Amino acid sequence: MTRPTTLLWLALLALLARPVQAALNVLACEPEWGALVTELAGDQARLTVATTARQDPHHIEARPSLIARAGTADLVVCAGAELEAGWLPLLQRESGNGRIQSGQPGYFEAAQHARVLERAAVADRALGDLHLAGNPHLHLDPRNLLRVSEPLAQRLAELDPANAARYRDRQRDFAARMGAAITRWEQRAAPLKGLPVVVQHKSWSYLVDWLGLKVVADLEPKPGIDPSAAWLGQVLETLKAQPARLVLRTAYQSPRASEWIAARAGLRAVELPYTVGGSAAAKDLFGLFDDTLARLLEAAK
Amino acid sequence: MPAGEHEHGARGFNLDHTELVLSANVDPYFRGLVNVAYADDETSVEEAWFQTLGLGRGVTLKGGRFLSGVGYQNEQHPHAWDFADNNLMYGVLFGENLRQDGLQLKWLVPAQSFVELGVEVARGQAFPGSAAGGDRNGAGTWAAFAHVGDDIGSSHGWRAGLSWVQARPRDRAGVVEDLNDVEAATAFSGRSRTWIADFVWKWAPEGNSRERSFKFQAEYFRRSESGELACADNSASGGACGDVRDAYRARQSGWYAQAVYGFAPRWRTGLRFDRLDAGSVDLGANAGFLPASAFRPGRTSLMLDYSPSEFSRFRLQLARDKSMQGSPDNRVTLQYIHSLGSHGAHRF
Repeated sequence: MTRPTTLLWLALLALLARPVQAALNVLACEPEWGALVTELAGDQARLTVATTARQDPHHIEARPSLIARAGTADLVVCAGAELEAGWLPLLQRESGNGRIQSGQPGYFEAAQHARVLERAAVADRALGDLHLAGNPHLHLDPRNLLRVSEPLAQRLAELDPANAARYRDRQRDFAARMGAAITRWEQRAAPLKGLPVVVQHKSWSYLVDWLGLKVVADLEPKPGIDPSAAWLGQVLETLKAQPARLVLRTAYQSPRASEWIAARAGLRAVELPYTVGGSAAAKDLFGLFDDTLARLLEAAK
Repeated sequence: MPAGEHEHGARGFNLDHTELVLSANVDPYFRGLVNVAYADDETSVEEAWFQTLGLGRGVTLKGGRFLSGVGYQNEQHPHAWDFADNNLMYGVLFGENLRQDGLQLKWLVPAQSFVELGVEVARGQAFPGSAAGGDRNGAGTWAAFAHVGDDIGSSHGWRAGLSWVQARPRDRAGVVEDLNDVEAATAFSGRSRTWIADFVWKWAPEGNSRERSFKFQAEYFRRSESGELACADNSASGGACGDVRDAYRARQSGWYAQAVYGFAPRWRTGLRFDRLDAGSVDLGANAGFLPASAFRPGRTSLMLDYSPSEFSRFRLQLARDKSMQGSPDNRVTLQYIHSLGSHGAHRF
């Protein structure tokens, strides 16, 4: 009789003492930062991504599920620059999780380690929903991913010192692959230099800056303000004087405005993945840029 | 309705009230918020609290004056309501919201799904409590709540909860019309207990509410009060009351349910049903002076709103109001809500 009981106790003990597979619970605000965490941590991190490529990261609600994820997170990785201003502060305080508060090691903001464009000089909402800290869509310049990867790997190592060497090695490997890919992409994208485009929201500023595209017009009259019929009429006028070739939008934006302008101004409307998961081919950060360039080159033919 | 609350809906143009909100992290340990509401003849501190940031293990402590965590709508200020006026249920329960001067301890259970438990102890000077209601330690209202919630796929999110509020009012003032149709001042002392069940469900295609979205929200309450009711002598003005104090027992219930559909970018429409049930009232000896109404107030509201941006909103609301006995009312409200300054929070 004692034997089965002993066995049961041993089994229970084994269950309790079972080495935890993932060392860190990571909550990434956007898919691009989730993908970077995967590159650096692999299965050392149990990753949850708060948003998908089909969602506008500005307009997320602090859903109960997200509060629950924030509650158990060891590390939160976000774009920063006020992109998550409407919901992340709520997650931080409703979670009651001291580790992920701003200023703690468990809170990582990519914008603090990247080259940030378009910092606003004046805080005036008449100019739209401006981010004083700059444009937060910074992952679309892959050189920013390189810049962010090193401090992020350091942060992972700080929170999980037992695996520090592993994060460092994975970061070196990622940097080597990303560096080579950037050279390859820049060569491939050479014909796109100076290509005149119309954008919808400032989502594309970093891509435009990196590839040397030329923005002729924005479908949003002001950042964060939806295109209106009157404004689209004005854009049409602008395009008569300064023709463009493509109009770019993300997977989470309605195709209506860009299709409308494309039909009238003789442009091609292109939906780019914008982030990981935004198209079937954008499975990871490398696929994101492979697919983005393929779509741009195809449309610019 | 308890005395002294905001009155929404005077006829003609009116500036309802203006809220000034300051909120920031005080230091690495606390976050603070102050919300002051200004109206022409009054300034009221709606909220002024601190909340801990770093207790850890999912525990937060809030202290000061805050909106209680009970129910769903209670933590929303009027500018965040989906309709121009309050639902009848919250009106009858708390006036506007249950505002607590006290402490709140909340625990987010470390789990895959959202499970939140909270308890509150407060002075309870406002309805359903009363200024004189506190015990030796100044506690007059206790509340407890539990909320659970999660996502279903990427398109659906929900939250449900159960809450309990107990108050011990002493000489809580009320005004009723007695059997002679004369205004009578009443004072209630005893125990007030309220249960609230709440449910919210939101839908947006793939979680992207830009083009289309849907929100369903419903809450139900039961309140039982027992103690003593006194009816002040108003015989001088022809009233029926003559300073009688006797046992009082009442049980009421009610609910509201509302749905809001975002059918195009910037545009939303919504429908709300309100029902209250006067339930059973045992007035004791006061039954000879005060009416025991079996009236069941109700209201149906239809709204349409347009938001030029995240920071501004215009709303048209039509309501068929049967909340006052014998005088059904049709009401049209045109409302604007603007928010200035720092980015507001996107609560679920």
